[in-house]
Amino acid sequence: MSQLSTTAKRAGWRFASSLPALFGVLVFTFLLMRVLPGDPAVFFASGPSAGKEEIEMIRKQMGLDKPVPEQLVRYLGDIGSGNLGRSLTTGQPVLADLKSRLPASLELTFSALLIALLTAIPLGVAAALRQGSFVDHIVRFICALGVCVPTFVSGLLLIYAFYYLLGIAPDPTGRVDIFSSQPPLVTGFLLIDFALAGDWEGWRAAASQLVLPAFTMALFVVAPLARITRAAMLASLGSDFVRTARSLGLPPRKVIVTYALRNALLPVLTIAGIVFSTMLGANVLVEKVFSWPGVASYALDALLASDYAPVQGFVLLMASIFVVVNLTVDVLYGVADPRVSVE
Amino acid sequence: MTTSASNVPLLAIDDLHVTFSTRRGLVEAVRGVSFSVAAGETLGVVGESGSGKSVTAFAVTRLLDASGRVSQGSIRFAGEDITSASSKQLRRLHGAAISMIFQNPRGALNPIRTVGQQIADAIMAHEPISAGEGRARALDLLKAVLIRDPKKRLDAYPHELSGGMCQRVMIAMAIACAPKLLIADEPTTGLDVTTQKTVMDLLAKITAERGMAMILITHDLGLASRYCQRVCVMEQGKVVEEAQPLSLFSAPQHPYTKRLVAASPTATSTIADLAPEALSPPLSHSPHPEEAAVAAVSKDGPECAGASFETRTMSAPQDEGLGNTEKRKPAPGTPLLLEVQNLVKRYDRGVVAVNDVSFSIRAGESLGLVGESGSGKSTISRLVCRLIDASEGEILFDGQAIGTLPARDFHRSPLRKDIQIVFQDPTDSLNPRFNAFDCIAHPLRRLLNMKDGAALTARVSECAERAGLPSELLERFPHQLSGGQKARVGIARAIACRPRLLILDEPTAALDVSVQAVILQLLDRLRREDDLALLFVSHDLNVVRMMCERTVVMQNGQIVEQGESLALFAAPQTAYARTLLEAVLHLGGPTSR
Repeated sequence: MSQLSTTAKRAGWRFASSLPALFGVLVFTFLLMRVLPGDPAVFFASGPSAGKEEIEMIRKQMGLDKPVPEQLVRYLGDIGSGNLGRSLTTGQPVLADLKSRLPASLELTFSALLIALLTAIPLGVAAALRQGSFVDHIVRFICALGVCVPTFVSGLLLIYAFYYLLGIAPDPTGRVDIFSSQPPLVTGFLLIDFALAGDWEGWRAAASQLVLPAFTMALFVVAPLARITRAAMLASLGSDFVRTARSLGLPPRKVIVTYALRNALLPVLTIAGIVFSTMLGANVLVEKVFSWPGVASYALDALLASDYAPVQGFVLLMASIFVVVNLTVDVLYGVADPRVSVE
Repeated sequence: MTTSASNVPLLAIDDLHVTFSTRRGLVEAVRGVSFSVAAGETLGVVGESGSGKSVTAFAVTRLLDASGRVSQGSIRFAGEDITSASSKQLRRLHGAAISMIFQNPRGALNPIRTVGQQIADAIMAHEPISAGEGRARALDLLKAVLIRDPKKRLDAYPHELSGGMCQRVMIAMAIACAPKLLIADEPTTGLDVTTQKTVMDLLAKITAERGMAMILITHDLGLASRYCQRVCVMEQGKVVEEAQPLSLFSAPQHPYTKRLVAASPTATSTIADLAPEALSPPLSHSPHPEEAAVAAVSKDGPECAGASFETRTMSAPQDEGLGNTEKRKPAPGTPLLLEVQNLVKRYDRGVVAVNDVSFSIRAGESLGLVGESGSGKSTISRLVCRLIDASEGEILFDGQAIGTLPARDFHRSPLRKDIQIVFQDPTDSLNPRFNAFDCIAHPLRRLLNMKDGAALTARVSECAERAGLPSELLERFPHQLSGGQKARVGIARAIACRPRLLILDEPTAALDVSVQAVILQLLDRLRREDDLALLFVSHDLNVVRMMCERTVVMQNGQIVEQGESLALFAAPQTAYARTLLEAVLHLGGPTSR
């Protein structure tokens, strides 16, 4: 009870202290977008032949003729009222765009992280238990491979093998088969929505669409997770309390899982949080290769089009997610490690 | 419970050899150890670091590191040969027949599991009982080890308990399945003297009540003599002497035992007594496997890197008429060098580490500061050394108020070079990227603005020589030096600027007794040669009594008693000082006290 309250207190404090950082991110991206070369007004003018007046008119419409500080204040005011602006490429409000695309990215990232953790932790534990053995070297090899092959290459290779050669995987074109129907929208996560609707046929279809991109993503982050698991596991296997557990004749399973692994998972938790945040932004290449309708590819398109609002919205979204993820990790850490609540 | 008369000893070790494979080949840490323990007997195994005493214990329970293995000899437990027992057999023995208690009790407990769960784990490893029963049994065990408020402690995590309490929990786990043999590996090292006494008394009581045999592994001869029926002395992986404690310590036979007994500070010994055989053969404490590896790479070979050198300098102080420390008192007219008035140090959340402390030191005088951990003695040493700022109070050095200058800026004060400190941990207090020369030259360069050149080199060599550090070691980095050599580097650095006040914060706590003896002699000599004033912080009362003319006893941040060492140690006035003194162990057999 008291532990819960201290954890909540700490989480609240962390959240409050991250607000200035969020604000800083807002201002920074705003300024960055203004400094980057490229004039959105020129880009959105009717054509290369558009006259000066037309461009001026568009500038005025977009508020670009005002001095930068004033633009910033207006921008901050808009955000305060929940208006992230309108995307000039899609014509939709940025908020609506992000809302419709975020679940796709999150679903992909969560699945990838889950796959990565389920692979990395056993690999890391196996490598630590047999340090210097054949298993250890194999794990090291897999990790090196995962890190050094770029995601778009591994993605294409997976498509080549499983779609083109073996024909097991569906064609890599987004979240669902274009011919199958969408489930009723509840969470935006297709797997959950299909399950809620009881449409297992659709669930299978969505899952099979997800498998390849998720594995591509997971392959990329298995390495850091497996390495940290191995290192943490080695440290806790060599620790005094594991020696104590052995000296008392505890069963090997209990020594390895309850004593060694549970302690070793603490640093893994921290790294998993960082990996998750990185993946959300870094999976732009995977989204492109698999035509995945996520937020990262959306932001990239907007950036190439000098479309300010979606990029700023995306950065704000990423920063917020980062804060939330850190907060979650913090709370989990507080629950997992009783020592944290003391300080 | 005394030695039982059964024919088969509980544990019989015969010609045990343990070999570690290191990067530089095989290192034999235990070389032919034989001893036996009868049921219900308490056997002491004493020796200095690297003597192989812990390795022997870990070999018995087969908990050696992966690199170590029993290469020869046999271990029989209750008549059964367990030298090459399978891991399944071992698991049946561990906890149920043989269990261990370790040094560093807090590290030996799982930090993220409650104490009750861990004790229950120990029971459930051998008995098929439910979780509820396990909890009830854990509570009984906590009561058996006399933990205060056992019900509440059941759900406590190790970090919420003190070191002494953690060791009690460890004892509870070790006795959970009623083993016949308990191996206690330095069970009280790192605990306060009073805690040490209560923990050891508890262990003695439990083993006697339950008829358990115990092997007590320790570097502390006093501890072994008080609690053991028989004592084995180990040196370089061999048992060199085995006897009853009384005869062992009153009339040691083997030269190594003699030196060890002599080097152990007692209630009556003087500094000169600590190493009486000035020109004795090298005090050989074999280095650890790792240390041996380091020594092997170094050019001079293990002889120089290791111990032999400790003796070479040991002879030096002998010529100068030692042993009259206590008779020597500063002349009445000597001005006060340091005056501390009503010193207070508060930390956040209302923690008062030092509460209204006043004392003074005359030039050339040595003052001892004793107390248990948390009594504020280290805080005082840092305050006086101006490494941290006091919350209130005055520090006068040579008549000047130095307490007002922020600690951050004190390095610019001309008095910085007059007050120097030697830290407790000889390893952590040296920059690992500086070799011994740079470590010693650092204060000269910074405080005296000496430039590289012949003068600096000469001064560094002089300091090293005075601290007993051979000049060929000056090129070495801290990891290439032994513990005693690192302590010498720390002392040479502290005396480099010719300070008038030297603060010693537990300078020998991390050293073996024989090395401690040499370092104490060195400090005493330096003090007399330079008329150096010492503030000697220590938990070892015997050492303080020898080193210091006056002693201050601290408790909970306050001074409870201060006075002439001789008088204070002979007839302490306060109850706390008496408790502290009573907890000090003396050589010479189990006492009746």
